[in-house]
Amino acid sequence: MAIFSVFVVNKAGGLIYQLDSYAPRAEAEKTFSYPLDLLLKLHDERVLVAFGQRDGIRVGHAVLAINGVDVSGKYTADGKEVLEYLGNPANYPVSIRFGRPRLTSNEKLMLASMFHSLFAIGSQLSPEQGSSGIEMLETDTFKLHCFQTLTGIKFVVLADPRQAGIDSLLRKIYEIYSDFALKNPFYSLEMPIRCELFDQNLKLALEVAEKAGTFGPGS
Amino acid sequence: MSRQANRGTESKKMSSELFTLTYGALVTQLCRDYENDEDVNKQLDKMGYNIGVRLIEDFLARSNVGRCHDFRETADVIAKVAFKMYLGITPSITNWSPAGDEFSLILENNPLVDFVELPDNHSSLIYSNLLCGVLRGALEMIRKLRYTANA
Repeated sequence: MAIFSVFVVNKAGGLIYQLDSYAPRAEAEKTFSYPLDLLLKLHDERVLVAFGQRDGIRVGHAVLAINGVDVSGKYTADGKEVLEYLGNPANYPVSIRFGRPRLTSNEKLMLASMFHSLFAIGSQLSPEQGSSGIEMLETDTFKLHCFQTLTGIKFVVLADPRQAGIDSLLRKIYEIYSDFALKNPFYSLEMPIRCELFDQNLKLALEVAEKAGTFGPGS
Repeated sequence: MSRQANRGTESKKMSSELFTLTYGALVTQLCRDYENDEDVNKQLDKMGYNIGVRLIEDFLARSNVGRCHDFRETADVIAKVAFKMYLGITPSITNWSPAGDEFSLILENNPLVDFVELPDNHSSLIYSNLLCGVLRGALEMIRKLRYTANA
């Protein structure tokens, strides 16, 4: 998956749409017997590996599932408390899936507003008058592309650094937004976008961009 | 009128008569509901405003025009690009005020008013006030000074 996520931020800096489309990388599922040779700690409402890195399980990975049942925060989906469950020898052998912790929706909201502010700072730092905000942020594992419309909506796409054609993808997303979100009379402006047609068409556009992008020249 | 050719698989053509009839039905129903021309004008303006705030994004997404540098450029874009795109007509820009901050758009063949004659008892009704609302809504969305825009 060369395109990792899409964020849409409204004028006030609030996140109104978010889509993650990366395949889970670096997840490891193993069966353990009592006593557990990893040290697990509760941190920020998540159960993380603090010590005992081995076999694809790294420090900082979170417990994603126990015996196939998904874990959210410190409880499993059927209400058991994770650390308590793993402390009881009667529950063993147990199969635990570890992986890089996913961002919760609150964290995404917070990061989107922070990006909104940084975007503004970017344009104010500019020595030239009338500069745009941050258009691209590059790291060694991903590139963040941002497109702000004249009306203040920002479309942010996180993609593989080698992925090409993101500029035209951003414009395509703008078109899809103006079609399926705005032309829906039941969608109120600046509110979270909950339109199925928007989702479907966005996913299609991402697929098209991924197929076309990695083989083409840089955008 | 037809939708933009770059829009996708088919370009749908719609009868402009249906469009004229729909708008006419809308205005006459409003006249029956409100009975007072001023109120009808206000409602049309409100409806136009709600259309305008959404239409502006569609316009910007499809037409790729950048930020206009002065009011004359704005007038040109409105008349030659926007009206052409949505109604298929190009109004003329006249009557510039001496300060350059007001102008008039004259619509020669407005599709909204095909076959329409205003009767005497609705003399203060602005039949195409929807278009005024659309312009107001659309321009307000890009007028807002955000801290990222240049001063």
